[in-house]
Amino acid sequence: MNSIPAIEQIAGRGAARAAARRTNRRVGGYDRRPHWVSYVLLGIVVLIGILPIYYTLVIGSSDPVAIAQKALPQVFPDASLFDNFKRVIDADAFSFWKAVWNSVVIAVVVSASTVLFSTLAGFAFAKLRFPGRRGLLVFVIATMAIPTQLGVVPLYIIMTKLGWIGHLQAIIVPALVGAFGVFWMTQYLEEALPYELIEAARVDGASMFRTFWSIALPAARPAAAMLALFTFVAQWVNFFWPSIVLNSQNPTLPLAIRLLQQNYFVDYSLIMAGVFLMTLPLLVLFAFAGRQLVAGIMAGAVKG
Amino acid sequence: MSVQSPVEPESDLAPAPRQPRRVGFSQTLSRWDVKVSPYLYISPFFILFFITGLFPILYTGYVSVHKWQLLQGQGDFVGFDNYTQVFQQKDFWLSLRNTLSIFVISAVPQVIAAILIAAFLDQNLRAKTFWRMGVLLPYVVAPVAVGLIFGRLFADQSGLINSWLGVFGIDPVGWHVDPLASHIAIATMVNFRWTGYNALIFLAAMQAVPRELYEAAIIDGAGRVRSFFSVTIPQIRATVVFVVITSTIGGLQIFDEPRVFDSAGAGGASRQWLTTTLYLYNTGWSGQYNLGRAAAVAWLLFLLILAIGLVNFALTQRIASGSSSGPGKKAKKQSRRYDANRKSA
Repeated sequence: MNSIPAIEQIAGRGAARAAARRTNRRVGGYDRRPHWVSYVLLGIVVLIGILPIYYTLVIGSSDPVAIAQKALPQVFPDASLFDNFKRVIDADAFSFWKAVWNSVVIAVVVSASTVLFSTLAGFAFAKLRFPGRRGLLVFVIATMAIPTQLGVVPLYIIMTKLGWIGHLQAIIVPALVGAFGVFWMTQYLEEALPYELIEAARVDGASMFRTFWSIALPAARPAAAMLALFTFVAQWVNFFWPSIVLNSQNPTLPLAIRLLQQNYFVDYSLIMAGVFLMTLPLLVLFAFAGRQLVAGIMAGAVKG
Repeated sequence: MSVQSPVEPESDLAPAPRQPRRVGFSQTLSRWDVKVSPYLYISPFFILFFITGLFPILYTGYVSVHKWQLLQGQGDFVGFDNYTQVFQQKDFWLSLRNTLSIFVISAVPQVIAAILIAAFLDQNLRAKTFWRMGVLLPYVVAPVAVGLIFGRLFADQSGLINSWLGVFGIDPVGWHVDPLASHIAIATMVNFRWTGYNALIFLAAMQAVPRELYEAAIIDGAGRVRSFFSVTIPQIRATVVFVVITSTIGGLQIFDEPRVFDSAGAGGASRQWLTTTLYLYNTGWSGQYNLGRAAAVAWLLFLLILAIGLVNFALTQRIASGSSSGPGKKAKKQSRRYDANRKSA
């Protein structure tokens, strides 16, 4: 693989990967386009992925009275979408905007702190030599295997004693940094950050933190973007822990949507409009950053 | 990337003295900086882990041997009473059955489907990124949303699935009544969200397989199917182990989907789809308010995950090594040769 690192330095990892693929193809004779059956089968898979989301839109846009009378579910979106949105926003059970605000605050704060602390730790593990480094890194990786449920009871007791039940910090603080992020940034920085750069900075008299801030952090940007995306999605959809420590006065979006379901008469137009509202921001995020998300999963899998 | 050389050495540990300039002191500071910084940088993770990870796990053990109510707080030491009480609860055993059943129904088809999808993605497709993104799309839909959507799709009276079955002349299935049917419905939700994600993980592993191996297989007369089983699967077996383990851990903790599968959220009228995590939640926070017993459930769940994880690990290892201890070595040699070829090319 002698030519690939050179390309990587000049044009970045993406270009290097593309070049590697081209080489692969030439060597392996894999240039042949696949049979149309492959496209049909993949098309079906993608369709199965889209259908439930589309169904949400259809039910969410329907008139609650009309839908109850129809035998077969309708196929196309109806006209009541924005009326239903309005009903979600005006719902009595919770304050919709507060739920949005809470979800945004949690997702943004946790993403930012996860990226910062993970990069700090990743920089130390990947590039600094200190006694106990190997063992501590193994420990970090081992903690990834512990299921979250095991600690919920005492964590709840701790939160009660701190008086944090019903407040956002009960969700934010335990999630500030995680083992996955530390592992992810360590893996990335090991490859992406040459020792020469660090040494040069040190010779120029930069402190450790300065070296981190001006050398490691910029180098970590692609991996940091992916980590932020993953953390954001994970927090946005998080349900189990918030359902324990938060309440209906101060919900996140998943909790709020759940509250819509708990009426005596289950109003599906309302629920699905709420589900759609909750999913929409992630769909928009996915439309813009899905490429990175895909690349992140692929990169993580090769290394992990 | 901007590499700026600072004019003066500075430290984040203590304000550096400026005047008079004492070289000795700033050198000492710099040495301390090198020594202490690594520990400082990794400390946020460890501090947080000890407070919110390790301590709670040990404390769970402590709580589980005490009487402990949600409102009254800590009571007397009761030994293993909480555990024996959990064992006496019919719902606990039901929840174990349901969790295992949902886990098996979801994990097995999911891993198989993910490998197949990955194999289809691992071709010289047009618009590669589009297909990859399309497959991943369900991953951004919240489990709660998935639960609500599929809870409606699988509705007993007017659900879309039953309507479709009706078109084919099949009687409506009681998705919210029959235990097995409800497990299938919930497993479908889990599969909806995770199959594409796992497919991409498999795809990444497949892309790392040297194309030359496929060439060799074709020359040896292997068709697509044969080379899939004889080249692809053995080559990605580390990833298979990884996905099986992670989906075991995830699968045994299912909560969101069964919780919102109906509006009561208690796991069904006769606990048909009560999972162990849902049972843990009901024991601690809704209904019984018994944190001591919830802690005992948490420990039992942990042991179960550990046991099944180990069994899975052993199984996948055996399958992997049984089918390919030889080919694995050969493949490594081949891939080394492949690299050498590329170098000379």
